[in-house]
Amino acid sequence: MASILEESGFNPGADLKIVGTNPIKHDGLDKVMGRAKFGADAFLPGMLVGKILRSPHAHANIKSIDTSKAEALPGVKSVITSADFPEKKAGTPPGDMTRNVMAREKALYDGHPVAAVAATSEKIAKQALKLIEVDYEVLPHVIDPVEAMKPDAPILHDYLRTKGVDGAEDKQTNVTERMVTQLGDADTGFEEADVIVERSYDSKPMHQGYIEPQGCIADYSEDGQIEVWCCTQAPFVYRDRLSAILDIDCNKINVQQSELGGGFGGKTGFYGEPLAIMLSKKASRAVKIVLSRIEVFRGTGPVSGTSYTIKMGCKKDGTITAASAEMIFQSGPYAGSMYFNAPNAMFTRYDLKNVDITAYEVLSNRQKVASFRAPCVPQIVFGVEGVVDEMARKIEMDPIDFRLKNACDDGHTTIYGDTWGPIGFIETLKQAKESDHYKTPVKEGEGRGISTGFWFNRGGETAASLNLAPDGTVTIATGTADVAGSRISISMMAAEELGIPVDQVRVKMVDTNSLGFNRVTAGSRTTFSVGMVIVDSARKCIAELRSRAAEMWDVPEDGVIFEDGMVRPASANVGDFEPMSIADICKKTTMSHGAISGHTEMNVTGAGPGFAVNIVDVKVDENTGRTDVTRYTVIQDVGKAIHPDQVVGQIQGGAIQGVGWALNEEYIYGDDGRLQNAGFLDYRMPVASDVPMVDTIMVEVPNPAHPFGLRGVGEVPVVPTMAAVGNAIGDAIGIRPTSLPMSPPKVLDIIEQAKAEGVYKG
Amino acid sequence: MAKRSHITLSVNGDEYETLCEPDQSLVDVLRNELELTGTKEGCSTGDCGACSIRLDGDLVCSCLVLGVEAEGKEIETIEGMATSAEDLHPLQTKFLEINGLQCGICTPGILIAAKALLEKNPDPTETEIRFWLAGNLCRCTGYDKIIRSVQAAAEEMRKG
Repeated sequence: MASILEESGFNPGADLKIVGTNPIKHDGLDKVMGRAKFGADAFLPGMLVGKILRSPHAHANIKSIDTSKAEALPGVKSVITSADFPEKKAGTPPGDMTRNVMAREKALYDGHPVAAVAATSEKIAKQALKLIEVDYEVLPHVIDPVEAMKPDAPILHDYLRTKGVDGAEDKQTNVTERMVTQLGDADTGFEEADVIVERSYDSKPMHQGYIEPQGCIADYSEDGQIEVWCCTQAPFVYRDRLSAILDIDCNKINVQQSELGGGFGGKTGFYGEPLAIMLSKKASRAVKIVLSRIEVFRGTGPVSGTSYTIKMGCKKDGTITAASAEMIFQSGPYAGSMYFNAPNAMFTRYDLKNVDITAYEVLSNRQKVASFRAPCVPQIVFGVEGVVDEMARKIEMDPIDFRLKNACDDGHTTIYGDTWGPIGFIETLKQAKESDHYKTPVKEGEGRGISTGFWFNRGGETAASLNLAPDGTVTIATGTADVAGSRISISMMAAEELGIPVDQVRVKMVDTNSLGFNRVTAGSRTTFSVGMVIVDSARKCIAELRSRAAEMWDVPEDGVIFEDGMVRPASANVGDFEPMSIADICKKTTMSHGAISGHTEMNVTGAGPGFAVNIVDVKVDENTGRTDVTRYTVIQDVGKAIHPDQVVGQIQGGAIQGVGWALNEEYIYGDDGRLQNAGFLDYRMPVASDVPMVDTIMVEVPNPAHPFGLRGVGEVPVVPTMAAVGNAIGDAIGIRPTSLPMSPPKVLDIIEQAKAEGVYKG
Repeated sequence: MAKRSHITLSVNGDEYETLCEPDQSLVDVLRNELELTGTKEGCSTGDCGACSIRLDGDLVCSCLVLGVEAEGKEIETIEGMATSAEDLHPLQTKFLEINGLQCGICTPGILIAAKALLEKNPDPTETEIRFWLAGNLCRCTGYDKIIRSVQAAAEEMRKG
């Protein structure tokens, strides 16, 4: 790790010329003209069409698979089953991964792949799927995670034993782990409380809902080199995991990411890619697999559903004295839900001394879950902020004042051990209170909700190169993905550091053979992390530019400075030299000295935690139970907005995704364990006519660990959303819902309950 | 095996001849037979609008039209909205300036749909834009900047 970025060089008074402006993103033109190439948009000579056969059963032993008739169909070039993949021990990460992409002993959910074919046309591939004979022994299934924890529940894996529980070594179970997180003494804290609120909540899986279904092409050459083209948030993670499950060296698997048509966490793990590789190997031709929307719903990961109880206590003055929680996270048929984020983030933003959290991860016969913006946190904050609101009401305190009373400030040491530098939570709350939205009285017949959220915004392993071309223009190679605009933000930071126009910088997301390992683009890490690496690389280039100027002028290096894109003598004493631009030096020295470039790899630290406050107004139809969001304001600490318009876009998009999760989106299963709403008609995401504009107030408390003060911005917006909508519905109808989504039938029931209890407002 | 059907169609003013299966959707013909991949396929059931095109002037989901139905028809796709970066439609310009796109997968369909709206109604209200685009899903933006981009383009087009 060679880095000259020992200190970020953050200068709060810096006169920034590019950072903070809104240039048009370089990838935009191709996208508005229909020229951008997404996962399904590439073709190779002789390419075959790959199709996947999926289990119609939620839980079944696979006794045998007969592919002979499919193989005999003219035009079919290869057929694969799990027998074509190396054996990997069940219950290990590669063992689970290989079984999730292709069922081995058992099919564990409706939609679990059991075989795949490659043929010369889509029509033939579909015909071939119908000729594959799978002999299933259907087993009892379990969908609901609470049911899956019961002693008589159907067991998914004979070998599974619960981690973190004494005496569990002999017991078959669907619980992968029990995790306990404690701080102080919760019992004592609750004894000190004047008011205690305890409520139980639940949430259903929702899908990330990216509009681009997964698409990939794999080309397995005769010498064993594999080229993979795919839409992914994690090209290097795909490569390394493909290597692990296929027993192929990393350097033989080259993953090139396409443009990414939305991911939101859902494209951090592969589905069709390993199948396309094995089909291509067998057929000696390139194979393309594009999932249908039904396959996206049935076969790719939604987020974890949950069942949980939150208990919190406070004094009459509003001081929270204790918080506890018991939570169940559904993970699908294998471990890996990222539920560990919840204990670390659910209460974090409030300065709590006594906390006791128990969390369970539970398997059931559902699709394996995948990441989604702030994985496993928003659905829990839905409950936490409901309890916080109720405590504030009970002691008759303004909901923002209550949160201010307990808000963390700079220097807070978190439950997960980090001690924060400057943070903007208190400032976001203050600005929320001063906002036009909060000062405007709630409209007659409507309700208003407040909530808050936090996300870590961690960095991680990042490698990138910055090259100065002979004409002085700049190319940047990154191995992260661009999920919505990181290329322009990276270009802007490089241009700012080098003192050149942003149009002279171009960023390319390169293949995995071209750079060292880059962690997944997720968790709001990319613009932050690549920014650090690229500024470091730019500084290496500047050092070389100074060195070459010193040589040309025959002066010591410290007699040469770099400012505003020009190399100049440090003072008149150095000599009378004409300042030189980057282009001047590159033109004069590239052929004699070689190109100037900076390369940096870092495990980026110095994350700037992010906070948001939501204010939401809703109108609830008494007769139908339908909720309309009428006004939405997000106040978020964004550190320093590199490209403010894009930051606003992240905030608005996150908020509306949360509205969908709050009001409509859920996976619905029949008694047969099959998913019943695998399409956009029945899985109802927000459309343009469902939602209002989203007003944003950006608070900029810079993160001094980053050269431009940046904090991640993409996860935080979704964290408080469902809680804010829930609190608003509660304010509108008199009882606060506790079950996500807050769909019309549930809200109608609550209205009836509120009327029966004499608390209905409307 | 049944023979494929021969069709002749005009796409963005260019004549194309191709073969397609009798049950092959128009979006599939555009993308996989003609390799015009600007039109996207998000659901194949007419729910997401990513495949929006104009068929003899009508705004349709090309996943709900068969290739053989396009015989003799005039089709307009995103590739025909501008021939170069200097020749952008005001909608394309405003989507770039206002950040009406993030990932860009829904953008071709939304631009095609919005253009059809502004031809019918040069001065739509926010509500009219929202209901017109209700058949075009976007998961990135929350629609705010999409609506603002359409409003700004309409204003510019009204000025002439």
